Amino acid sequence: MTATAAPAVLDRDGLNALVAALVAQGRTVIGPTVRDGAVGLAELASADELPYGWGVELDAGRYRLVRREDGAAFAHSAGPQSWKSYLHPSRERLWSADRTSEAEIAYTAHEPEAPSYAFLGVRPCDLRAIAIQDRVLTGGRYADDGYGKRRRTALLIAAECTEPGATCFCVSTGGGPSADPGYDLALTEIVDEEGHRFLVRVGSDEGAELLERTPHRTADPVTQQTARAAVDAARDRMGRALPPVDLRSLMGASLDAERWDDVAARCLTCGNCTMVCPTCFCTTTEEITDLTGDHTERWQRWDSCFDLDFSYLHGGPVRSSARSRYRQWLTHKLSTWHDQFGTTGCVGCGRCVTWCPAGIDITEEVAALDAERAALGTETD
Amino acid sequence: MTAVPVPHRVVARRPETADTVTLHLEPVGAALPDFAPGQFAMVHSFGRGEIPVSVSSVQATGGLAHTIRSVGAVSDGLCAMRVGDVVGLRGPYGNTWELERAYGCDVLVVAGGIGLAPLRPLILSALAEPAAYRRVSVLVGARTPGDVIGRQEIDGWPTAFTGVTVDQPGADWRRDVGVVTQLLGRAPFEPDGTWAFVCGPEPMIRATARELAERGVPRDRIRVSLERNMRCATGHCGHCQLGPLLLCQVGPVANWAQAEPLLSVREL
Ligand SMILES: Cc1cc2nc3c(=O)[nH]c(=O)nc-3n(C[C@H](O)[C@H](O)[C@H](O)COP(=O)(O)OP(=O)(O)OC[C@H]3O[C@@H](n4cnc5c(N)ncnc54)[C@H](O)[C@@H]3O)c2cc1C
Ligand code: SF4
Ligand code: SF4
Ligand code: FES
Repeated sequence: MTATAAPAVLDRDGLNALVAALVAQGRTVIGPTVRDGAVGLAELASADELPYGWGVELDAGRYRLVRREDGAAFAHSAGPQSWKSYLHPSRERLWSADRTSEAEIAYTAHEPEAPSYAFLGVRPCDLRAIAIQDRVLTGGRYADDGYGKRRRTALLIAAECTEPGATCFCVSTGGGPSADPGYDLALTEIVDEEGHRFLVRVGSDEGAELLERTPHRTADPVTQQTARAAVDAARDRMGRALPPVDLRSLMGASLDAERWDDVAARCLTCGNCTMVCPTCFCTTTEEITDLTGDHTERWQRWDSCFDLDFSYLHGGPVRSSARSRYRQWLTHKLSTWHDQFGTTGCVGCGRCVTWCPAGIDITEEVAALDAERAALGTETD
Repeated sequence: MTAVPVPHRVVARRPETADTVTLHLEPVGAALPDFAPGQFAMVHSFGRGEIPVSVSSVQATGGLAHTIRSVGAVSDGLCAMRVGDVVGLRGPYGNTWELERAYGCDVLVVAGGIGLAPLRPLILSALAEPAAYRRVSVLVGARTPGDVIGRQEIDGWPTAFTGVTVDQPGADWRRDVGVVTQLLGRAPFEPDGTWAFVCGPEPMIRATARELAERGVPRDRIRVSLERNMRCATGHCGHCQLGPLLLCQVGPVANWAQAEPLLSVREL
């Protein structure tokens, strides 16, 4: 019915009222806030905790908070955490088992923990990342129930980008600074002589109802045009880009590339890139037994293909060299993800570039692989 | 629902070799859906963990058997099970050998070591329908005579040809010595009318499938069962990747046309 509701405008008080309405509904509101020298994600009691007046300076292996004169709340790009910390948490109990007598074992399923989340300030890249994890974790033959349950109840309030960071390259992965469908509400922040305000577009009935309950005014054409222009301008100001080639065929042709040795000499195989990546989904399981030995629990936790145990088979790991593990990561992101899930595994958020302690830059590595392929091509011509 | 293991009781236990045991299991309560040859279960050993294990026998009663080689914490725990003990099973997972596609053709089964276990129910199905398949041959390779699983049973199978070869023969070994591929020349099969089913250590799979292809068996009729680390079996943990393949979902059985280029890349 109302998913086509007209765009609205909220001021800062309006945004406060929106968050208050969510809290009153019993929702756990998660949003960006300044923490430990970065814009992290945390539970918000009020919209005042948003990072008003903070921006970020990013580069490969570098992240710094900077003050902004304009007081904007969403002028930062993707921070160290992503929404997967909430939807696909780093640790989760799957089931437990009890030895009820000498020869009997009872298995118990656990109801997944699923607070009713509202995510405020989801960047367009992260909105795509959530859609990708939806496919991975709930789109196949089996569904991850915990993820599915948290996801179904989560309300997504996107914040479009007008200040892309220096490590952002969403446009070259097929996305962009404007929000694709999938949000309940999408905000575009504007700070100009008309004041500090947020254009709000409605993406779902639930979003419409929430807006209904929040004091707002209907968007005027000037605000709408200003917002569009700012997002369009951001599209042309991306900090980085992947080379405009068919990445699947590039990866397929590069399995024996020399560049892997070059990057392996720099890569610490720490797995930071997979931890910060909003699409990386891999997990392992562990068995935790209590002191009596009669109760055991099966826990799932995040894992990384950079870990040696990841590919362990009786006798040793399949991927023991750093070369093969970096190649698994990059090839999975840009190529085999398509085979497995029908989509790319990279949304260009730039986190892996920013948070790599060695400053390894995915866009630079892909460009180098492309150059190596081109050089081989000319040799054989 | 998150799949939770279903309790199964060990109703019989048969040692196969010094480090391998076959456990016959019956559901304690509700049974799992039927397993087909080639599929596997996630088998839980209480307090130790869960590992993927193929079915080595499937019965109409919901009972099944696993043949397990003890190589680490979980498999040790399973091999040490006694009759009456309970294990937890999730499954069935993975694809099947698709023996039915070999209708009217020669069936060539090549196993290395414990690799005979997942092939056993396929062999029994093929032999149970002599009219459906032309000639069924079984070639088995193992390290030593003591590593051949199901030795008595093997010789009772009414195949067109059965060969057993070992790398290190003992004093009283009267059969073949050397790699399993050397038996290929003695098995009766029409290469372009043959389906081959291969399981064993990866180097053995590679050598066998390559030789079969050289002898003219079409690559897409050479089925190999592949092994990768598996934590979930439901397509969510990412561990079982072999390039584009999530082996717990589209495997463990793959055809050689698809597997060869992947297994040719080092450390993929
Ligand atoms: C589809 C499939 C079918 C299998 N069928 C059989 C069978 O019929 N009989 C049999 O004896 N073995 C089979 N295996 C191998 C068996 O799963 C491993 O031997 C077992 O996982 C080893 O675990 P562990 O804890 O005893 O050893 P450890 O070496 O201590 O293993 C530690 C962990 O690594 C992982 N791991 C280690 N080796 C393997 C491996 N080879 N495959 C997958 N994960 C591994 C396991 O998750 C394990 O918990 C099969 C493997 C797969 C993938
Ligand atoms: S691979 Fe890097 S840029 Fe791409 S989605 Fe993951 S963290 Fe973001
Ligand atoms: S890149 Fe590595 S950690 Fe990330 S999803 Fe792929 S295999 Fe898993
Ligand atoms: S075993 Fe987890 S994805 Fe295949």
